[in-house]
Amino acid sequence: MASAETGSDTLEIAGRTLRSRLLLGTGGFPSLELLAGAIRASGSELVTVALRRIELPAPGEANERGSLLDVLEREGVELLPNTAGCFTARDAVLTAQLAREAFGTDLVKLEVIGDEDTLLPDAPELLRAAEQLVDDGFVVLPYTTDDPVLARRLVDVGCAAVMPLGAPIGSGMGIRNPYNIALIREAVTVPVVLDAGVGTASDAALAMELGCDAVMVASAVSRAQDPIAMARAMRAAVEAGRLAYGAGRIPRRTYATASSPRRGIADFFASD
Amino acid sequence: MIYLNGDPHEHGAGCTVAWVLESLRLPAEPRGVAVAVDGEVVPRAEWGAFAIPDGARVEVLTAMQGG
Repeated sequence: MASAETGSDTLEIAGRTLRSRLLLGTGGFPSLELLAGAIRASGSELVTVALRRIELPAPGEANERGSLLDVLEREGVELLPNTAGCFTARDAVLTAQLAREAFGTDLVKLEVIGDEDTLLPDAPELLRAAEQLVDDGFVVLPYTTDDPVLARRLVDVGCAAVMPLGAPIGSGMGIRNPYNIALIREAVTVPVVLDAGVGTASDAALAMELGCDAVMVASAVSRAQDPIAMARAMRAAVEAGRLAYGAGRIPRRTYATASSPRRGIADFFASD
Repeated sequence: MIYLNGDPHEHGAGCTVAWVLESLRLPAEPRGVAVAVDGEVVPRAEWGAFAIPDGARVEVLTAMQGG
């Protein structure tokens, strides 16, 4: 921790050593140019991609593929494929296997969603999928609820990290239950990556102050009015929060504690 | 008939995964592409020989912005 100041405070996750503790989602950017700019501004080294049907070209046109992958390769980031949109363990496992085939990576951000409106994880399906993927040799980073017990169960089946939500995906509601996030940090020994809910930089800083090892942001950056400026803000927030966590905050008190000494206070007027 | 990314397509006898990818005007060794037939991954090495059965659901997937 003390080494945070020297810049050698790296994140060990899934056998990788990352200098940045900020993971970036690629969804929602209005253009690939803005995505590239945000990646650079964020300093992120690990970015998520989704797996979707290839779009068929119009007759007579060549198939324009790979432009997203080209951008990510040019920026020198590692891909973290997700299983977004999967509602069952079966779909998520197959999607992860296809991502491994497409991108040649054993990393997967496992998402198994239980509800269209909240996009909250389906805990039993998530745990089932995690177990199968670990058995199949994947490095599994599950998107999970802010439940310390479920986080522990996910680690028990072999997940390399846990990614608890601060609030529903894309809601920008921040960290609704900071106590649970802190409990998750205590409950597991693998990296804890706060995922979903971050709306602005202070949310990312809070996650780090609670002891999270990293923060993942997507919409908060890509849908900001100035995504590149927000990416820079998130980077600074994650660094600030990490330093503050290591520095150790003062305890909260109800009453004031003077920071100037009482001794030697002048007595200007004669009291009667 | 096969279902290619959800749409019905004519299916010739002996139609392989490689043939389907060619019909999509993809190069022979496309980067960042994976194929599932009836819910099973077809590894790249098998694309040339894998005969797609009539009525199969063929999914050809690639990277999209997300997450």
